[in-house]
Amino acid sequence: MAEYAAPGQPGSVVSYLGRYDHFIGGEYVAPAKGNYFENPSPVTGQAFTEIARGTSEDVERALDAAHGAARAWGRTSPTERANVLNRIADRIEQNLEAIAVAECWENGKAVRETLNADIPLAIDHFRYFAGVIRAQEGGISQIDQDLVAYHFQEPLGVVGQIIPWNFPILMATWKLAPALAAGNCVVLKPAEQTPASIHVLLSFIADLLPPGVLNIVNGFGVEAGKPLASSSRIAKIAFTGETTTGRLIMQYASENIIPVTLELGGKSPNIFFEDVASSRDAFYDKALEGFTMFALNQGEVCTCPSRALIQSSIYDGFLFDATERTKAIKQGNPLDTDTMIGAQASNDQLEKILSYIDIGKQEGAKVLTGGERADLGGDLSGGYYVQPTIFEGDNKMRIFQEEIFGPVVSVCRFDDYDDAVKTANDTLYGLGAGVWSRDGATAYRAGRDIQAGRVWVNNYHAYPAHAAFGGYKDSGIGRENHKMMLDHYQQTKNLLVSYSQNAQGFF
Amino acid sequence: MDRVALTPEAADLVRRLRADHGPLMFHQSGGCCDGSAPMCYPAGEFRTGGSDVHLGDLVVDDEAVPVWMSGKQFEYWRHTHLTIDVVPGRGGGFSLEAPLGVRFLIRSRLLTDEESLALNS
Repeated sequence: MAEYAAPGQPGSVVSYLGRYDHFIGGEYVAPAKGNYFENPSPVTGQAFTEIARGTSEDVERALDAAHGAARAWGRTSPTERANVLNRIADRIEQNLEAIAVAECWENGKAVRETLNADIPLAIDHFRYFAGVIRAQEGGISQIDQDLVAYHFQEPLGVVGQIIPWNFPILMATWKLAPALAAGNCVVLKPAEQTPASIHVLLSFIADLLPPGVLNIVNGFGVEAGKPLASSSRIAKIAFTGETTTGRLIMQYASENIIPVTLELGGKSPNIFFEDVASSRDAFYDKALEGFTMFALNQGEVCTCPSRALIQSSIYDGFLFDATERTKAIKQGNPLDTDTMIGAQASNDQLEKILSYIDIGKQEGAKVLTGGERADLGGDLSGGYYVQPTIFEGDNKMRIFQEEIFGPVVSVCRFDDYDDAVKTANDTLYGLGAGVWSRDGATAYRAGRDIQAGRVWVNNYHAYPAHAAFGGYKDSGIGRENHKMMLDHYQQTKNLLVSYSQNAQGFF
Repeated sequence: MDRVALTPEAADLVRRLRADHGPLMFHQSGGCCDGSAPMCYPAGEFRTGGSDVHLGDLVVDDEAVPVWMSGKQFEYWRHTHLTIDVVPGRGGGFSLEAPLGVRFLIRSRLLTDEESLALNS
């Protein structure tokens, strides 16, 4: 066991500055209106830094810087851009521990996750897009003997990106790496709940990028996000968040006729077929862990397996074992490397989770474990902690249909394959799903029948680069985490070239 | 008989936001991160359409604040009564109250049999 000192405390591997301005044109710039807001740590509920409260003036200044840099950056060779991304990855790797502790302190998630998942995945993601941009090829099509169509990929120019708070650095990386690889300049707005950790990352990499290529404007959605998303000066907007804001961003984009990519969440089913329990072996143990994955990142994951569907023939025994496994989750100080579940990211998130636990109980769902706020004592009493919670109920209940975004799983049973697929697909969303079976044919068929963009088969919550990630149905538009994301950050230029010396014959 | 209501604290916040932004509207969100929460916009900022359901109007000082939700989402929510409350918090998409350090929040209860008969039949 090891417990990291809180950032800024004696012995800590990282310190936050007392204040963060906007990063525009390669330097830090004070907000035009001079206002700042406090940034609390969910670990204790205490503010630890203050953040520039951006407005449309700041967004315009960032767009000026980005447009000023776009032509030169868009004309760099793929090799140059790949080298920059690789250097970014190296710097992050050299400073992994500091960034991981900073991320833990700001978001509330357990440091073992930032050390072993968030930051290593971000490093790999930059390297992945460094690789794929160098390997990308255009196309040559011979239309006839003398007519050739050349297809080139060109950057869009200046793009806007709005980042969520659940994986502040990894989600920023999912958007930044393909955009920069493709040759775009970026104006990025971090979530107002987690605006600071990206500046710690930036402190290690800022010198690697030409001024204006990456600009960060902090602030609230309505004051900074809206002027960015509705600007006629961006060529594309990328957003991860929820459905109403996603629709609003599409409405703004329609006014400017620009593309959007949206990742809007889910209510992911995790299906356990009866053969999972045919033996109490390593695979059975893996499946129990797969059930418990609802608590990863405090449930604040768009693909949280928040609905568990268990076949009736094994229901009681499997659910008993899964409940015991859930009770063994160690909740505590997120800075302790033994801690498995930390704090929810904000007070309003905590309140929302508790309101859902309340309606779940009113609807008649049975609490098998958890169901309350957790008070961890001492300094942590002011933090935002929720007990891992298992509800047993019916798929029509609100807790089975709305994304709670907390460590809450709702469990129901199914009788056969058709029943499982029907319940799994009885949702507005289609981002993730899990299928657990020892039978390859069953797993394959279920995986294809579930209307979701990512189906994990006999695993869950793995996010390697080169595995496309995105939603069906109300879960959004676009596929991140794969080279196909380059398509969302590039235009196709077609040169249609005639090598004939003769007139075309119309006039 | 109403599907939606608001707490006195939420009504005070509506008054404050109205003074700065003019007439208001709510649209209930779903999904990730800041979802499952009511979003408050200047009236007309969010374009509702045929896919939305008008849950009702919240009347604050004789002025109505319409509350909307997507029709698909409504099918899963129609058996519940919604009260818009306010809590300390941060964020919430482009919702107007976030810079004030507070968030609108939905509190739910099941419709009574009488309400269900009147509203859902």
